[in-house]
Formats: sequence, structure tokens, C-alpha cells
Amino acid sequence: MTTSKANGALIDLERVERVFRLGDSEVHALHELDLTVMPGEYLAVMGPSGSGKSTLLNLVGLLDRPSAGTYRLDGRDVTTLTPEEQAQLRSRRIGFVFQSFHLVPRLTAAENIALPMMLAGIPAAERAPRVQQALADYGLVDRAEHRPDELSGGQRQRVAIARATIMQPALILADEPTGNLDRATGEEVVRLLEELNARGVTLIVVTHDGALGARARRRIEMEDGSVRSDTAATHAPA
Amino acid sequence: MAASEATLPPRMRPLDILRFAYGAAAGNRLRTLLLILAMAIGVAAVVVLTALGDGARRYVVNEFSAIGSNLVIVLPGRSQTGGFSPANAVTSTPRDLTVADARALQRAPAVRRLAPVTAGTSELSVAGRLRETLIIGTTAEFLEVRRFKLAQGRFLPDEDWDRGTPVMVIGAKLASELFGTVSPLGQFARIGDRRFRVIGVLAAGGSGLGMTTDELAIVPVAQAQAMFNSNTLFRILVEARSREVIELAREQVTQLIKQRHDGEADVTVITQDAVLATFDRLLGTLTLGVAGIAAISLAVAGILVMNVMLVSVTQRTPEIGLMKALGATGRVIRRAFLVEAALLSAAGAVIGYGLGLGGAAIIRALYPVLPAYAPNWAVLAALGTALVTGVVFGVLPARRAAALDPVLALSKR
Repeated sequence: MTTSKANGALIDLERVERVFRLGDSEVHALHELDLTVMPGEYLAVMGPSGSGKSTLLNLVGLLDRPSAGTYRLDGRDVTTLTPEEQAQLRSRRIGFVFQSFHLVPRLTAAENIALPMMLAGIPAAERAPRVQQALADYGLVDRAEHRPDELSGGQRQRVAIARATIMQPALILADEPTGNLDRATGEEVVRLLEELNARGVTLIVVTHDGALGARARRRIEMEDGSVRSDTAATHAPA
Repeated sequence: MAASEATLPPRMRPLDILRFAYGAAAGNRLRTLLLILAMAIGVAAVVVLTALGDGARRYVVNEFSAIGSNLVIVLPGRSQTGGFSPANAVTSTPRDLTVADARALQRAPAVRRLAPVTAGTSELSVAGRLRETLIIGTTAEFLEVRRFKLAQGRFLPDEDWDRGTPVMVIGAKLASELFGTVSPLGQFARIGDRRFRVIGVLAAGGSGLGMTTDELAIVPVAQAQAMFNSNTLFRILVEARSREVIELAREQVTQLIKQRHDGEADVTVITQDAVLATFDRLLGTLTLGVAGIAAISLAVAGILVMNVMLVSVTQRTPEIGLMKALGATGRVIRRAFLVEAALLSAAGAVIGYGLGLGGAAIIRALYPVLPAYAPNWAVLAALGTALVTGVVFGVLPARRAAALDPVLALSKR
């Protein structure tokens, strides 16, 4: 690996395996995968369908567990945590942005943005100003009371990004964030994500889109569950 | 930031769970309405059916209460058991019950007043108009003992029981049939070859034990015995001094009769309480059974809650996956779904309670004699069962939701 495994890494995956059983056969979605990500990095994960990109993202996002190997987040082994503890970590440290936005259809934009705070038990009085700030930051003030089906694709993804950042996570995981958007809207969404990265949030983007991948300071190409190339060296942060 | 993270409460706030569950329930109108309807029908069934059962019980109790309070009834002939049975009415008489017996019973300390009763049917004629009617022979205190009311005139005079002035008190319907619009007071009516002067008319609507007073003719006991050529009594109605001494009165009455009948207690003494208790038990059990049948519909509603909630979990799989990605623990999701099931059940229970009250009111409007009010225990049981079944049957869907794999849940679209 080009990046050292020194202390201080945000994400440290070591010989991670993820095996799915399909009937009698075993599928190695991830195989002997090593990956270290430092705080503040901007990483694009690329590769063909079935190369293990999404599995990797789910593992890093604590939505899935490795079959073997260790995953350290902030230097702490998180593979042995209980589901409840993992949920706590997701709540505070990780924000998700999905290709299909995943907004709750019956909730307004403001309520969708407030959802992570509600789940974390933050009182309503404290939530309101933070939601207002987020709505202002993402240009959604006049859309606050609209439901997702009354919003454009770009607005929906802005709501999703506002929701992903409302708990001020250290890590944003974006799975094809521009996949359902036209080019101009996609550009804007990427710009918002990059602004977050510029403020110190670690950003990992999974994408097919070469142009989007090329914007990241570090790119890894995946193939058959392993990292084929890691072009981080030229731009890697100190 | 680290400091504020450390102070975060670990769980979703109850009010937020409630609001979220309410939003989820309100988000799917048809599903919610169907569930509430099912639950409401179950609760309404319990309320209406128990109202019917308890109404019947109260109707019977009222009928018995109408024959007078603190009543002890002495019938000739001994019955094998102490309780009330239809056999008591047809027991053959080893020794007759007489007016002298009744007079002796007045000495019992626990007895306030009593009335000997003899009865038979005969033809009553007024100016050629004939009417077959029930004749009661009794004394002045019968009116008080039976709690009857007079519409006009006065009741039998308080005189020597053996004398028997030829006077008569008649029921309201009999009065109008025989005398029309003319006041019957002071008029004469004939029974056989005897002439009676009508001195009083009973108030309409008096009843008790299925017998209406509207068609009665009441004469002094001596007159009736002479008329029927018999010196026996049909029964003696005894009123105890208070509710507390009913049992004492029963014992004293039995003792006195035994003394007078050569040591043989050859009468049956029944208290109104014993009769009432029997019917009360009988109809109370009936109400319970009916409530049980209705409760089955609540269980069915509970199963419906489970099915609909399971479908809801399937439909909302992406949402559940998302909530997990956003940091919801399994416990939070389980609670949200349980609270939703509880909310739906509670709404159904409250609406069903309203429907049940309405149904009972309609029954009361259609059958005014039936006091169809659901007993409190049934209402509480129905509401309780609705909530419990809703929550119990909500557990499985809630657990399934909480156990969903977030990766699979999120990928489903």
C-alpha cells in the first residue's frame, strides 16, 4: 500500500474478506482487501459492476460486517461492536448519500433533514435552528415544507446531503450521488460534496463516472473484490 | 463537537417516536382506516352484546324488584332445596296455609307488615258486561307490601280479616273496560251472586313477575275465600323490617309456621334475594359468554393488525434501511412499529367504544323496556383487549422490521 498504516488513519481495513453464499457456491465480494484512508481525504472508488465497490462502501459505513479481517475506525476495532454500538457510530460519525436519494416520502424536506437528529434523541428545540441553518446552506429555505415528490432531483439530493451532514459526521459516503441527475445538477451536487471535503470532512465517492472519479485526489480501481490500482500517491495528504 | 457528542441522549425521544409512528400511520390512509375499522367492530361488538346481556339481566332484576322490597314469600308445601325452583310452584300441600297462620306471623319481630293472598279467576259483571278476570283476596297492607299505587279512591279498609266488607279495588284497564268513561268509584260490580262496591282504582302500569295489575280485581280475603269456598291461602307476602333482617325474617317465619303446624316446616319460604341471585347469576354468566364470543372478533382484529403491519414492514423496507443507515438502532425501529400498532388499536378501540354506545342507545330506543347499558367491566375489558391484541400482534412485525438487513433494505426500491 502506498499510504502508511501509521496511527491517525480514519479508516484502516486489513485483509478484509466478505463472502456471500448463493446456494451452494460462495461469492467473494471482497478478497484480502487492504485500505487505509486518512482524515480529510477525498477518495473515489471506481470499477465495474460486481467489483465489490458497494460492498466496500457498506462495510465502511458499518451497514455490513466483514467475514474476516479487521476494520478500524478512528483506530478502534469496530468489527466486534454490537449492532447497537454500530448504530451509534453511524449516527455520529458517518453520513450517507445515495444514488436514489432515499428520502422518506411522507416527510417534508425539513423533517427529512431533521431525521438523523430525531433518531439520535436530540430535542426538537435544538433541532429547529440546525435544520434552518442547513436549509439556508443548501438553498432550500423556500422548499422546507415540500415533500420529496414536490422537489426536483437536484433539490432532493441537496436535501439528502443536508441530512447526511446534519450530525456533522467525520465521514461522508456517497454511492453514485450523481447517478440519477443530469450533468448540470450533478455538477452542483459534486461541488457541494467537495466543499464539505474542503472543510475537512473525509469524502468517499463510489462511481462509474470517470469524469467524477477524476476529480478526486485519490482514486482506487476495484476488480474482483480487490484493489487493482490506487493512484493516491501524487495527491495524498501529509 | 466531541463534547456535544458525549452528552447526546442515546435513544430517540418518546414524543418523537409517537409523532413518527403517527406520521407513518397517517401516511397510508386506506390501511389505517381498515385497521381501525376492524378493531372498532370488535370493540363495538363487545360493547353492544354485553349491553344486551346485561340489559336482560337488569330487566329481570327490575321485574323482581317491582314486586316489593325486602319481600319474603311464604308458599304452602315444602320444597326439597332451599333455593328457588319451578317445582316450588306446584308442590302439593300437606297442610294448608291459613289466615290464622298469617295473623300469627305478624308477631314475628323482624316482620314489618304482611298480606295474606288468595287468588282465583272468576267472571266479573257490570250492567250485563262480563269479564273473566283474576281475583285477589287480601288485606289492607297488600298495597304497601307490593308497592302498588292507587289512581283513584282508596284501598281495602283496615278491618278484621274475617269480616270482609264487600268492596273492591280494580285495575286501570278493567276500570275502563267495564265502566268506560264513567268514574267507577261507588259503582257496583258482581262476582257470581255477590255485589261489590268499587272503592279504588290501581294506577296503570304496575307490574311484577310478568303479571300486570291493570286487569286485577282485589277484594278482602274473607270475601275471596267465601267466593272460592276455600279457607286456604295462595301465599303470604311478608315484608321484613329492613334489608339486613330478611334472612332473620325468613327464619322466624319458618319457626312460627313449624310451631303452628305440629313441628313440621311444611311451607317454602323464599326471599326475593334468593330468586334475584339465581337470575342474576344465570344472566351474568350469559353476558360473560356473549362477551367471550365478541372477544373473538377482537382476536381476529388483532391478527389483521399483524398482517397489515407485516405488509407495511415490507412496503417500508427502504425506509427502514434508511433509518438504520441514519443511526437508528433495532430498538428504535421496533418501538416505532409497536407504537404505530398501539396507536391504530387505540384509535379503533375508542371509535368502537363510540359505535358500541351508539348501538346500545339504538337498542334502548327500539326496546325501551330493556336497559341495554354495557357494564363497566365489559367496556374496560374490550378496550384493554383491543390494546393488548394490537400490541401483541404488533410485536412480530416490529421485530421483523428491526431485524432487517440494512444493506438489503436499502437496495430494495
